[in-house]
Amino acid sequence: MDPTLVVQGLLSGVLFGGVYSLMAVGLTLIFGVMRVVNFAHGDMMVWGMYLAFMLASRAGVDPYVGFGVCAAALFLLGFAVQRALVDRILDAPHEMQILLMLGVALVLENLALVAFGPEPTRVRSALSSATIWLGPIFVDVARLVAFGVACVLTLALYLFLFRTDLGRTVRAAADNTYGARVIGTDVRRVYAVAFGVGAACVGAAGALVAPIIPFQPPTGLSLSVTSFNIVIIGGMGSLLGAFVGGLLVSVAESLGAVFLKPSLKELFSFSLLILILLARPAGLFGRRTS
Amino acid sequence: MKWLGALAVLVLLVLPAVLNSYAVTILILIFFYGFLGQAWNIVGGYAGQLSVGHAAFVGIGGYTAVMLSIEKGLTPWIGMFVGGALAAVLGAVVGYLGFRFGLRGFYFVLLTVAFAEICRIAVSNVDAVGGALGLYVTFTGDPRQFQFQDGRVYYYIALALMLGATGVVALLERRRFGFYLAAIREDEGAAEALGVDTFKYKMLAMVVSSFLTGIGGTFYAFYLFSLQPNAIFGIPLSVEIILRPIVGGAGTLLGPILGSFILTPLGELSRLYFGQGGHHGFHLVAYGILLIAVVLFLPQGAYPYVRRRLVGPRP
Amino acid sequence: MTAALLEVTGLSKRFGGLHAVRDLSLRVDAREIVALIGPNGAGKTTAFGLISGFLTPDAGAIRFRGRPITGLAPHRVCALGLARTFQIMRPFPRLSVVCNVMIGALGRHADPRAAEARARAVLEELGLAAKADHPAGSLTLSERKRLELAKALATEPALLLLDEVMSGLNDTETERLVGEVRAINARGVAILLIEHVMRAVMSLAERVVVLDYGERIAEGRPEVVANEPRVIEAYLGNERP
Repeated sequence: MDPTLVVQGLLSGVLFGGVYSLMAVGLTLIFGVMRVVNFAHGDMMVWGMYLAFMLASRAGVDPYVGFGVCAAALFLLGFAVQRALVDRILDAPHEMQILLMLGVALVLENLALVAFGPEPTRVRSALSSATIWLGPIFVDVARLVAFGVACVLTLALYLFLFRTDLGRTVRAAADNTYGARVIGTDVRRVYAVAFGVGAACVGAAGALVAPIIPFQPPTGLSLSVTSFNIVIIGGMGSLLGAFVGGLLVSVAESLGAVFLKPSLKELFSFSLLILILLARPAGLFGRRTS
Repeated sequence: MKWLGALAVLVLLVLPAVLNSYAVTILILIFFYGFLGQAWNIVGGYAGQLSVGHAAFVGIGGYTAVMLSIEKGLTPWIGMFVGGALAAVLGAVVGYLGFRFGLRGFYFVLLTVAFAEICRIAVSNVDAVGGALGLYVTFTGDPRQFQFQDGRVYYYIALALMLGATGVVALLERRRFGFYLAAIREDEGAAEALGVDTFKYKMLAMVVSSFLTGIGGTFYAFYLFSLQPNAIFGIPLSVEIILRPIVGGAGTLLGPILGSFILTPLGELSRLYFGQGGHHGFHLVAYGILLIAVVLFLPQGAYPYVRRRLVGPRP
Repeated sequence: MTAALLEVTGLSKRFGGLHAVRDLSLRVDAREIVALIGPNGAGKTTAFGLISGFLTPDAGAIRFRGRPITGLAPHRVCALGLARTFQIMRPFPRLSVVCNVMIGALGRHADPRAAEARARAVLEELGLAAKADHPAGSLTLSERKRLELAKALATEPALLLLDEVMSGLNDTETERLVGEVRAINARGVAILLIEHVMRAVMSLAERVVVLDYGERIAEGRPEVVANEPRVIEAYLGNERP
């Protein structure tokens, strides 16, 4: 067993993890504020990727420059989805929320399929082939930049939530909807903003990752599953948990790729999900009997 | 209502004599998905445990029957039940893990999806069962191998399956089992307090549901003559299965049937209309929109709404 | 000394740092009406949860009709004859009133027709017969309280745990419900009730157990206990946040 491979795997994993963290942070924000599980999370990210693709191929804008546009576009999508759809079923039984977001996921994934076809796409970036060598280990500049940007964005989100008035309002609404309403908060707008921000996170994450991995419409599902994995490990609603979880899961996947056949990577991912579901007491969302 | 049902069945029995083969094919699909939807209805509709991984049971059932047929020459008429039994075993495992560990709602959905995907990937990677390319069933037209020259035989089999599953559900509805499932769906804790062994009844629902779904797998395999892991274990099939009862009315006897009569022709039409330019997936967009619409406007499904219009409100 | 119907010894339950129930012992004899009172947060509903099987105690034992029932699942506790209602009412909203009660009755009568007959009889006793075929979600508050009672009663319990059934009712409704509880008791069902409505406690209970911070601080006849200084202090003088 070549130690270089292991170290390489670790490094790649950590760098890629920044994007996973950003993705998970978006999901946990949506859940934390509204108690809604965004089943369409991965599919939204794939749309972020396709938008980056279009920006690159039609407008010649490098994803590492244009990720902001993707984030903004996804913000609008998230805002609209919440305002038009999710808002109506916030008080409905959870099954209804799940089915609604499943419907959104279906629509998003298959619109992508109709628009872009089933073949894998990859986006070219100026940084795509750039590598830095540290002895026997190489660092993908693209991954490094993705990691850096992802960390900055996560930090920005943290600052938004904890240092700005709007962010504080979002957190207040998450903690205590009734109380927030009593003091006059437009809770619906806050929810829509939260959902929008959550979607913007994956919009950016998608753009950052588009030059690194090939993607196709069904990628959305595996990304959703990975997001759930991370968020369940880290604790639903915990920003820090999502961030750390993202790094952990990415490293685990990366090391897994070193030791396992690539087609089994997803098997590993799903098995991990089952183990996590069983190990983590369902105490955050569902209680045993009551 | 009963004589109306009998009349409908009579009409359905006679239809193949007057319809062309394309219409018969559509009806076969309507019945088949109605059957799968009804099987799902037991655990997803009546017991209220949302499973988005039922395709796994179709896959297990289908692969078992086909493998037994290829390797052991076992007639699918028997292989069907073996497949169903194995599917029931998987159902029991999933149910046990989910219910013992208190997984509800979103968590349970994830569990079912994870199991289905694991089956899909596992089967895709085992060459002994055909790997990623899947298995093909050679056409012999031999009824003992569950193959028929005349499409109309498939029609009657599919119809029998759908009516059979509906019969099972009707039976369960009337008995204590049905009442307990309804209570569990409404409020599990309150049901426990009234003496309902919620774990046992959820498990029973899961096992019956997965058994029936597994049987459907055999029909699938010997009607389409091929098994592709991505198709038969995949999320799209799971979604197709749950859509009909949800649109038609989950937890109602006729919901899955009504849902299938609404969705299947819709699906076929959009596949025809939009599928020409290689734009696959458009019918799934339509499904997604329909699902959203149902959740927002008709959460109980079409059947309760129709019933209220025709018969008046009832608890 | 006859065996108690319900015998709780040394029951304890912590939730993280909070000691919800602390070394609680109490007994209920057959056909008795015992009230469990105490300020909010005293651990009363937790005690009910422990006794009925919804919560597992950290320490202590519970015996019912001579059998140990500590740690049994709620449905088994119910099958043994110990039924409970919930503080926040939990009807099956989309089912009809009679179906709601049938769920309880089906435990004793597996045939739905027999269960329905029993359910309708119970509804008759509690004055809900007129609403039998209405959806449970459509009842008034007072009716919902009686439905909660009916569901538990349909399981033919020997001991009924009532969690604040009187809350939110006006004087007439309270009188009525008190009468109904007394009638149920007269038919042989022992009652352990959690109550804040003191007039109900005074008129129903033969014996009162007072909890404060999870511990039993007094026990005895209602009028005696109500005047104990420690009890008065618990209700008035605590500095709970």
